[in-house]
Amino acid sequence: MKRFAGATLIALIPACSAPPAAENATEIAAEDIVSGSIFLTAETRDLQEDNFANPGYLWVDRGEALFSKAPASGEACITCHEAGLSGVAATYPAYDEKAGRVLNLEGRINQCRVTHQSEPAWEYESEELLSVTAFVANQSLGAPVSVDVSGPAQDIYEAGRDYFQTRRGQFNLSCQQCHTENWGKRLRGDTLSQGHGNGFPAYRLEWESLGSLHRRLRDCDLGVRAEPLPYGDPLYVAVELFLAARSNGLEMESPAVRR
Amino acid sequence: MSRVGILAVLIISACGAQEAPLIRANTILGDAITQPLTETAGDTIRGEQLFVSRNEGHCILCHQVDGLDAEFQGDVGPDLTLVGDRLSAGQLRLRIADYQLVQPGALMPSYYRIHDLHQVGEAYSGESVLSAQQVEDIVAYLVERRASGDDA
Ligand code: HEC
Ligand code: HEC
Repeated sequence: MKRFAGATLIALIPACSAPPAAENATEIAAEDIVSGSIFLTAETRDLQEDNFANPGYLWVDRGEALFSKAPASGEACITCHEAGLSGVAATYPAYDEKAGRVLNLEGRINQCRVTHQSEPAWEYESEELLSVTAFVANQSLGAPVSVDVSGPAQDIYEAGRDYFQTRRGQFNLSCQQCHTENWGKRLRGDTLSQGHGNGFPAYRLEWESLGSLHRRLRDCDLGVRAEPLPYGDPLYVAVELFLAARSNGLEMESPAVRR
Repeated sequence: MSRVGILAVLIISACGAQEAPLIRANTILGDAITQPLTETAGDTIRGEQLFVSRNEGHCILCHQVDGLDAEFQGDVGPDLTLVGDRLSAGQLRLRIADYQLVQPGALMPSYYRIHDLHQVGEAYSGESVLSAQQVEDIVAYLVERRASGDDA
């Protein structure tokens, strides 16, 4: 009996972990790619564009302070990055030779914490990590998203694309169905955007806080009653890479304001 | 049952890949389930509540019915103001229960289905979105969405 049940168990795992991704998935034509900010009300868009009123700048300012402050056991970020990091965030996620994997901006910042500052990594969604990420992302404000998915990043890109195109959750919906096939339509009070990550970390009115792209992805997965992935999960980083590649050329907007 | 056996059952219900369909193939006639799913007749008023309520059917996420007392109705799916003129109770029943049986690849979620779903949230695993009775209530509500309002 035990043996039999064990065999059943093994036979089932592949059936659960490899759900079918969509075949012949459509894509948004390059000239139709638009930022989520065009679906906002005029007031929310004005709030985003006003550096004094946009609450996201509270985190940017905190991030700037942390960037210049030496931690207990190492040197401040600014010691190595005196000239700033203009344009860098627009190229993330990116394959990192040393880590041997694709890192998003949060992962890259934590990599510096650990290897160059001998400090423990900051927890995902901590005030510190959000603030420094927002500060670095904001230095690419207006720069075109330009990630590279060639070479070792290719497989990760494809894993992210498959996640995007796979139906999941009790509602059995994929990211693709909402954000590629139905953008511009109304889902109750929301207008579906194309689901780009160019505004993140972003201040969401619903959160009353700045939040990472992974927090947004978790909200979308929860929305279809799927089990969300943990913060910082490599598969979410892969989705992030796919989203960025899909929006290459779009202007960076962090800290964006969203509903 | 052995520990492993219990674990196997848990995994089956968590992924739904091996669940038996709630709707048996022999109850489907063409594009309809002609027989009600329950013995108690659907309740129109309850159906309207389910159609609107965020924690239950929440159909207005994607659909609109003119005259409903609900802000911000969706337009991802078709307008259902006059759906009773287009579809019979049996056709409505199948579409709400599992639209993907009518049209593979349909976007509309399947409200009375537990099989072949993936990464379902723990809190919802092994459960359909709506109960059979709730499906009947919504069918009763929608079949009356007609131009004339009285019996067709
Ligand atoms: C049932 C529909 C639905 C599904 C499925 C869905 N989302 Fe969303 N998503 C929304 C809504 C509604 C919003 C908020 C309005 C907007 O920006 O589109 C949103 C917002 C977003 C945003 C923020 C866009 C911005 O400019 O602020 C991203 C990124 C995103 N989704 C990605 C995804 C990914 C990746 C998946 C799959 C893991 C996914 N979504 C699945 C409905 C959905
Ligand atoms: C996430 C979006 C979404 C939700 C939520 C949704 N629907 Fe739908 N519905 C659709 C779409 C899209 C169609 C068109 C068929 C397709 O492509 O799936 C549709 C089609 C229908 C039709 C057939 C209409 C016709 O004219 O043929 C009926 C009836 C219907 N839905 C009822 C419901 C009910 C009842 C609920 C809630 C219990 C509901 N829907 C929830 C998206 C949705």
